[in-house]
Amino acid sequence: MSAMLHVDGLGKRFGGFVALEGISLSVAAGERLGLIGPNGSGKSTLVNCICGTLRNEAGTVRFDGEPLDGDTAHERTRRGLARTFQLPRPFVSLSLADNLRIPLMYAVAARGGAHLSTSEIAERCVHLLREVGLERKAKRLPRELTQVEMRKLELARAMAAAPKLLIADESMAGLTHSEVEEILTLLNRLNEQGVTVILIEHIMRAVMSFSQRLVVLVSGRKIADGDPKEVMRDPEVERAYLGQ
Amino acid sequence: MRAGLFLIICLLVAAVVFAAAFALGNDYYFFAGYVVLQYVVLATAWNILGGYCGYVNFGSAAFFALGAYSAVAVHRFHPLPIPLLVLVGGVVSGLVGFGMGYLTLRLRGAFFAIATLALAVVLQTLVVNWGYVGGSRGAYIIRPEAIAPFGSYIRYLFLIMLLLAVGAIFVARMIERSRLGYGFATIRDDELAAEACGVPTLKLKLIATTISGGLMGMAGAPLPYYIGFLQPSSAFGLDYAVNSIAMPLIGGTTSWVGPLIGAVLLGSLQQIATVTISSAVNLLIVGFVLVGFVIVAPNGIIGLVHKYLQHQPDDLVGRRHVSVDSPGSTT
Repeated sequence: MSAMLHVDGLGKRFGGFVALEGISLSVAAGERLGLIGPNGSGKSTLVNCICGTLRNEAGTVRFDGEPLDGDTAHERTRRGLARTFQLPRPFVSLSLADNLRIPLMYAVAARGGAHLSTSEIAERCVHLLREVGLERKAKRLPRELTQVEMRKLELARAMAAAPKLLIADESMAGLTHSEVEEILTLLNRLNEQGVTVILIEHIMRAVMSFSQRLVVLVSGRKIADGDPKEVMRDPEVERAYLGQ
Repeated sequence: MRAGLFLIICLLVAAVVFAAAFALGNDYYFFAGYVVLQYVVLATAWNILGGYCGYVNFGSAAFFALGAYSAVAVHRFHPLPIPLLVLVGGVVSGLVGFGMGYLTLRLRGAFFAIATLALAVVLQTLVVNWGYVGGSRGAYIIRPEAIAPFGSYIRYLFLIMLLLAVGAIFVARMIERSRLGYGFATIRDDELAAEACGVPTLKLKLIATTISGGLMGMAGAPLPYYIGFLQPSSAFGLDYAVNSIAMPLIGGTTSWVGPLIGAVLLGSLQQIATVTISSAVNLLIVGFVLVGFVIVAPNGIIGLVHKYLQHQPDDLVGRRHVSVDSPGSTT
């Protein structure tokens, strides 16, 4: 499989604090990658650097064979690199349908080289909302949603950007067992449609059932990369999670 | 409603307003109406950046004064018809808006607001020291007493401002219903999420500062002809900055209707106060009304109406609800 995402020697500092140091990883097209690590290990910083929200001081990021260095966040989204946020960040003044309309109008249309017609956009919004089970709330505002619905909206909005690679940053945080299953089903379905998925999560049951490969970050460094079961048996990973 | 039909309705309303002022047969109504219309343009222009994008601009007076001083500079070089001066004022202020946007739009919230205030101070200092446009002494513009076919010159100025108000409202309404308007709304709600959805936030903010600044400059261009004597303290007056913010807040910031209602209500109230009490109380009126609205209707008059019609919680009103079936329609 060809590499969809290739990160090489990525480094990021916040003043004197080293958030990421020499991170290298490759994600193949269609792969399901789990990214774990204790709080403060640099997972979200890595996502922010890959997605262009933060500028990395060292290293390079290549996506779909092209270098992303210098691209802004919206340019990366337009290339097909979508993400969800650890804390849902819906557009609070827009209805659910309009929340999905935004990536369709800006990301998908820009990638296609031509603007989608309003009817095409409306159809895709309905389809996506149906896919995540929110079609009956299309005209509602995000604040009327439950926690799991908010997470689903976040996923649907990322899906609306028609990504080649989706980075789901703690999409299951704070959800119940059955709600976690719902989100996992969505992510699996998306992956079956050909979308490469990077799952960042603390819920190990979800990570283990979803991931084909697991990467572990600790204190801004990659300490393990491989088969999920083998990685979890790695003494260094055990130390990082359970202490000595 | 289609854009063409909306424009025709706006022009018809403008024609009725002009005919009504004409029928009253007293030039005072044109003088007072000019100021109200000027605030309609200013409030609508402010709302494009402040209301739609959520970037509070305290420097409205600077853009307005730039339009006025552009007109003075051009007039001194070679007098031109006012519609052309309006265009010049719009271009100058639009370019300054673009420049200001480029320099300051990486700032947010109070930092951006303070930067716009600083711009006003810098520009005022430049104008005070620019002798060609009168500097601190001020500049006289002798306008003709009459102009055919309107009769008195103030009627002509009133008509120009009326058409500018129609233009500003039309532009605001077009933006609101467009892809650009949705992009602006995402910037207001969450810029980080907007970028993650493919919205080029910096480009859109530059468009907003340029349009907003340009419209403010257009509103300022006829000012020297209206007051006859332009000095920095009047062109950069606090009234313009405060009213441009207060009027949309009172009317409601998420729609083109809000600034229009706010400007007409507050502008008329100030004009009444000017002739019945004193113009000195104008800012006091703004202060009282604004405090009242912050307490009673934080989403402005449009918000109150929505609340009444939809029986929704207060913080929901005035927000966009768009049907999935008909993406352009709002309810």
